[in-house]
Amino acid sequence: MEEEYEGGVVKKFMYVNRKAPFGTIYALEVLEMVLISAAFDQDVHVAFLDDGVYELKKGFNPSVSGMKNFSNTYRALDGYDIEKIYVEQESLDERGLTADDLVVEAEVLSRADMAALMAGMDVILTA
Amino acid sequence: MSILHTVNKSPFERSNLDSCLNHATKGDAILLIEDAVYAAMKAGTFAARMTDAAKQFKVCVLGPDLQARGVDPAGVIDGVAVVDYAGFVDLAAESNAVNAWL
Amino acid sequence: MKFGILVNEGPFNHQASDSAYLFAKAALEKGHEIYRVFFYYDGVLNATKFSEPQSDDRNVVKNWQKLAEDHKVDLVVCVAAGLRRGITDASLAPGFRISGLGQLIEAGIQADRMVAFGD
Repeated sequence: MEEEYEGGVVKKFMYVNRKAPFGTIYALEVLEMVLISAAFDQDVHVAFLDDGVYELKKGFNPSVSGMKNFSNTYRALDGYDIEKIYVEQESLDERGLTADDLVVEAEVLSRADMAALMAGMDVILTA
Repeated sequence: MSILHTVNKSPFERSNLDSCLNHATKGDAILLIEDAVYAAMKAGTFAARMTDAAKQFKVCVLGPDLQARGVDPAGVIDGVAVVDYAGFVDLAAESNAVNAWL
Repeated sequence: MKFGILVNEGPFNHQASDSAYLFAKAALEKGHEIYRVFFYYDGVLNATKFSEPQSDDRNVVKNWQKLAEDHKVDLVVCVAAGLRRGITDASLAPGFRISGLGQLIEAGIQADRMVAFGD
């Protein structure tokens, strides 16, 4: 695919996850977006804030509700060279969660630092 | 560097606007569209927060979405500009990126 | 300026598709280019040829088709999201094409601004 991007443009992409998993399909389909973006040699950032932090919680067992389990995919992200994963501290606090409750090792940022990081992005896709 | 934030949900129903206001940074623009236009009204519990926001950010509201809902543009908070779709396009063009708070 | 547009919701449950269409129209009227409109999530349902709104309602699918026809706008439906929801070549309205999610990322790279509309 590289030849399509001979311009060598590298943009800062941020995928912002704000929704809880399972109740709607957004978490799963954003993840599919993130995986595809790995093929494009862009500067990919994945952020989890608000109810999005629930997407990373350990111990999913969605099969009892007849849903697909995509939790392992978050853990596989570094295999796709997607290593810039950020979780917002305040969003965790509000929900009684800590970084230990999450399936991935993400960088925990304060809300102010998350805002500052977002401010420098070229493309922001939120769901 | 500046970002145009769009918000499309009533603040009485969802936290999108709240989250947007918590993450916007100095110099950013915020455009209220669809059901978020109700947040731009002088009357109501969000007025104080939005009046304050309009001092920190360039806050705008989409006129056609106000009209569609029978909301009088005269009731919009001072400091919040009413724009049309062409104005929406200009706001997007003037910013470095657009973040839709979905 | 080149705009990329992402439509996340179907034609009737949400205003998203109408907002995206009116934004695209306004951008074109101002002399901008729409590099691509990408339909994802339930947004793929904007591309069904089987939509038959009541006669006194707007026809969202036709609005997009006309925009594509008049301004050569590239309307792309995500193949994976489409398959899940029954949008295939057999149900695709003329003016739309089905392709991979990579087309969204490419639009993000090539367009000067990406603007998303959703729930």
